Amino acid sequence: MNWDWNYTGRLIPDLLDGLRVTVTATLFGYLIALALGLVWALLRRSPSRVVGQTVRWVTEFVRSTPLLVQLFFIFYVLPAWGVTLGPLTAGIVGLGLHYSTYTAEVYRAGIEDVPRGQWEAATALNLPRRRVWFGVVLPQAVRRVVPTLGNYLIAMFKDTPFLLGITVTELLGKAFDQGAHTLKYLEPITVAGLFFIVVSILSSLALRRLEKRYATD
Amino acid sequence: MSDVLDSYPLLLRGAWTTVQITLYGAAFALVLALLFGLAGASRSAALRAVNRIYVEFFRGVAALVLMYWFFYALPLLGLRFTPIAAAVLAIGLNYGAYGAEVVRGSIKAVPRAQWEAACALNFTAGQRMRRVLLPQATALMLPPFGNLLIELMKATAGVSLVSIADLTFRAKQIQASTGQTAATFAVILVIYFVIAQALQVLVRLAERRTERMLGRRPQARPIPIAATTGEVMAP
Repeated sequence: MNWDWNYTGRLIPDLLDGLRVTVTATLFGYLIALALGLVWALLRRSPSRVVGQTVRWVTEFVRSTPLLVQLFFIFYVLPAWGVTLGPLTAGIVGLGLHYSTYTAEVYRAGIEDVPRGQWEAATALNLPRRRVWFGVVLPQAVRRVVPTLGNYLIAMFKDTPFLLGITVTELLGKAFDQGAHTLKYLEPITVAGLFFIVVSILSSLALRRLEKRYATD
Repeated sequence: MSDVLDSYPLLLRGAWTTVQITLYGAAFALVLALLFGLAGASRSAALRAVNRIYVEFFRGVAALVLMYWFFYALPLLGLRFTPIAAAVLAIGLNYGAYGAEVVRGSIKAVPRAQWEAACALNFTAGQRMRRVLLPQATALMLPPFGNLLIELMKATAGVSLVSIADLTFRAKQIQASTGQTAATFAVILVIYFVIAQALQVLVRLAERRTERMLGRRPQARPIPIAATTGEVMAP
């Protein structure tokens, strides 16, 4: 079978549409992951052992089970419990939840990396707990881990195809639908794959520049 | 719940398929990782370029996209694989790229003095790599490999979308026949968690073995003090 350039050309607008869905899911999912991950990281340091250990095991569980099954759970099970989410929303929540367990580890490492002297100084100055965290510890911790957090943005982007499992027509889903329509899968899936490669290589280049800007040493 | 547990033969068969794809995929990925990782750590610019192209390409493309490509697009070019082979190929190529970066980084992280010492002892390039650099690099590789193995296992759930009867696929079948959505997915999440924990234990055993091999960890059975000090004990 030969490559059909005309067909490829006709596919592009539709695939770009799919790419838009993919990027939307990635960005919103990432916002959830960034926020929720911080919540997990702070809860793990809670003085109560029960809270700390519970969060530890819950995040460990979410991290070591497949995203696809978690998406099924959010999309098919939650409606029975009264929470009905659209496919894209469910996908964003699933991505965000899954990756929040990774960002939690990143934040945790960042927080542990903040020199002891900073904590001691904050105590000596008698700063309120809120200012210790938001004025002293977190700004230093987050700065250290910006590159690592960025890597998870790219990892997440590459996990968005799983959303087609819950009927979101993101990039791969669009490509597959087009292929199923004409029974010519080669062009759409190849082009979708190239889109993925181009976007992830471009974003890792952008990330490397960001890394230089935030480098602490 | 009991309906779901009654269909345990299906779940077990699915879990076995998941474990098989995980192990085959991991074995293939490991071979690729070593090959391309060594290429990346070599002094030849051409080999390093081969490593860069492989890593950037297969790390950039999503595992599921690759799987779809092998499953739907490649047969149109006349290359036909069994579904499981396509899945193993896609997963192996993808995770091999991550692994190659780990291998390259670990070899580079072995202190340079080790390489110099091996040169001074007149080791050939092959001996240097096999007897000095790789054993020490292995200790550095294993922890990240453990993480990658879990990631790889999770990615195998994607094969259910190309209708391979793995654990996720069986779960959807059971869900359709029993209508017990919550219980089904909860049960397989737990099974996946158990598989992940088991894989982690295996990697940790390998880590211990490597460290012992390198003499960085006390022997399994401590040597009696008398033997080390050379004291003669009364019979």
